[in-house]
Amino acid sequence: MTDTVDKTPAPTVPPEQIKAIPVRHYGRWVAGAAVIAILVLIGIAFSNAKINYGVIPDYLTDGTILSGVWHTLYISVLAMVLGLVLGVILAVMRMSSNPVTSTVAWFYVWFFRGTPVLVQLLLWYNISLVFPILNLGFYKDEMNQVMTPFLAALLGLGLNEAAYMSEIVRAGIQSVDEGQTEASHALGMTQGKTLRRVVLPQAMRVIVPPTGNEFINMLKTSSLAYAVQFNELIKRATDISSTSLAVVEMFFVASIWYLILTTVFSIAQYYIERRYARGSSRNLPPTPLQRLRKNLRLFGSFRRPEVAR
Amino acid sequence: MSSLGKGIAPSTTGHPMVKAEGVHKSFGLAHILKGIDLEVNPREVFCLIGPSGSGKSTFLRCINHLEKISAGRLHVDGELVGYRQKGDKLYELKESEVAAQRRNIGMVFQRFNLFPHMTALENVMEAPVQVRRESKAVARERAERLLDRVGLGDRKGHYPAQLSGGQQQRVAIARALAMEPKLMLFDEPTSALDPELVGEVLDVMRDLAEDGMTMIVVTHEMGFAREVGDSLVFMDDGVVVEAGHPRDVLTNPQHDRTKSFLSKVL
Repeated sequence: MTDTVDKTPAPTVPPEQIKAIPVRHYGRWVAGAAVIAILVLIGIAFSNAKINYGVIPDYLTDGTILSGVWHTLYISVLAMVLGLVLGVILAVMRMSSNPVTSTVAWFYVWFFRGTPVLVQLLLWYNISLVFPILNLGFYKDEMNQVMTPFLAALLGLGLNEAAYMSEIVRAGIQSVDEGQTEASHALGMTQGKTLRRVVLPQAMRVIVPPTGNEFINMLKTSSLAYAVQFNELIKRATDISSTSLAVVEMFFVASIWYLILTTVFSIAQYYIERRYARGSSRNLPPTPLQRLRKNLRLFGSFRRPEVAR
Repeated sequence: MSSLGKGIAPSTTGHPMVKAEGVHKSFGLAHILKGIDLEVNPREVFCLIGPSGSGKSTFLRCINHLEKISAGRLHVDGELVGYRQKGDKLYELKESEVAAQRRNIGMVFQRFNLFPHMTALENVMEAPVQVRRESKAVARERAERLLDRVGLGDRKGHYPAQLSGGQQQRVAIARALAMEPKLMLFDEPTSALDPELVGEVLDVMRDLAEDGMTMIVVTHEMGFAREVGDSLVFMDDGVVVEAGHPRDVLTNPQHDRTKSFLSKVL
C-alpha cells in the first residue's frame, strides 16, 4: 500500500557487535572480601566457644524436643486461627456505621496492641484472681481448673493476634476499589454477598503476605507461652538443660527447629500468595520449581546448539 | 436483529420507564442536582450530555439508587426508587429490597469495574448464579451466548487484565445484560477508551438499541447521540437546559449555554 517504510532494503550485513572493556568495580571486590573475612572470624569465634556442638544432633530428634515442636506448631496454628476469625469480625465491626461496635473494636485494638503479650498471657493464666469461679449457667467450675496452660496460651496469643489481624484485614478491605462495590451493588448483590464474593477475594491479595509474616512471628512468639507452663519448644528445651546442663546447646537445638518451621511455612506462603494473585497480572511468573525444570531442559539442549542449523 | 436483548420485557402498562419529578441531590453543601424533571419511554435511547460537573452522572447513579436523592420523586417502571410510600410518608426500603430493584437495571461504568479475580465468563455468570440462584449450567449457557454476541466468544477464559479496554467494556455490557434488565444505564462508557477502541463498544450499544432496549446514555459521543439517540438532554449546573430530538438539539440549539458547549465538542 502506501507504506514506504517497509520498502527500504534491510541491511544485509549485521551491525558489528560492540566489544568494550567494562568498568572495573574495585569497591565491590573490597566489600565482598571484607564481608567474607568478618563471617570467617565469627565462625572461628563460635567454633572455639565452650559449646559442645556434638550433642546438638542427638537432641534434635529427642522425644521431649519433638513433643515441644508439636506443641509449638499446634498452639501457633490454633492461636492464628482464633486471631484470624476474631480479626475479620473486629475489622467489620470497626468499619460498620454503628458507633458502638466501631468504638468497641477500636478500643480492643488499642488495648491488645498496646500491652505486652507476656502480660496478657500471665493475666489469662491468673484470671482466677478476678473470677475465682467460672459460671456459664450450664457449666460451673473453679477457674483454676478451667484455665489450663493450653487455654491461657491460646487466649493470650490468639486475642493479641486478633488486634493485629483486624488492622491487616481492614487495610485489605479498604484497598479494594470502590467501583467494585458499586458494580456488585448495581448487579443486585447485597452487602454481605458483595463482601464475600467481590471484596474479600480481592482483599486477600493484600491480606495474605502480612498474615504470613504474622504466622511466622507467631511461631516464635509462642515461646512466651513458656511463662504459663505450656509445654512448647523453649519450655521443653529448658526442661532438658536443667538436668543436662547443656543450656546454650539446647537453645541451638530449639533455634534449628524454629528455622525449619519458618522455612517450611515461608514456602507455603509463596504458593498461597500466587493463588490469590490470579487476575492481578497478565501472566504469573513461574515458580522456582518450574524455573528449575525449564533451566534443566535448556541445559540439555545447550549440548548440541549447532545441530539445528 | 436477534438475541442480544432477548429478555427485554416490553412495558405493557403504558407508563414511562423512568420518570423524574423535581429530583434534587446534595453532597453536604454541594448542590449537584437542582430539580430534574424528565421522562424516558420504553424502548427509547435517551442521551444525556453536558460539561463535567453538570450532574449527569450523578443523576444516572440516582436511577439505581447508588446515590440517594435529597428531594423529589424518581420512578422506574412505575415503582418508586429506594422508597415505599404509605399515605404521605416515605419509608426507606430494606437493603434486600433495594438490591431487588437493581436487578432490573443494568449499569455500565466508565471504568468498566469488571471483577479482576474472575474470568470474562465468570464475570458474566456471577450475578445470575449469586443473585437469581440460577444453576451454573443455565448461567454459563447464557453467558457464552452473550459473550459471543459482543464478539468475545474466544476470550471467555481471559481475566480482565488480559483484555483491552474495549474488550473489557464489552464484557461489562454482557455482564449487565446477563440479568436480563429492562433498563440499561451507561455512564460515559467510552470515555476511558483509546480512540480506536471506541467504535467496537458503540457498535454493541447500537445493536442493543436496535433490539429495543431502553437505554439512558451519558456520553460525549455526539455522533452516537445523533445517530442512535431518540431523545437528548443537555444538562448544565444541575438543571436540564435543553431537551429534544438529538438532531434538533445538536444542529439547532436554542440556548446560549448549549451553543457554547456544542461549539467546543463538535
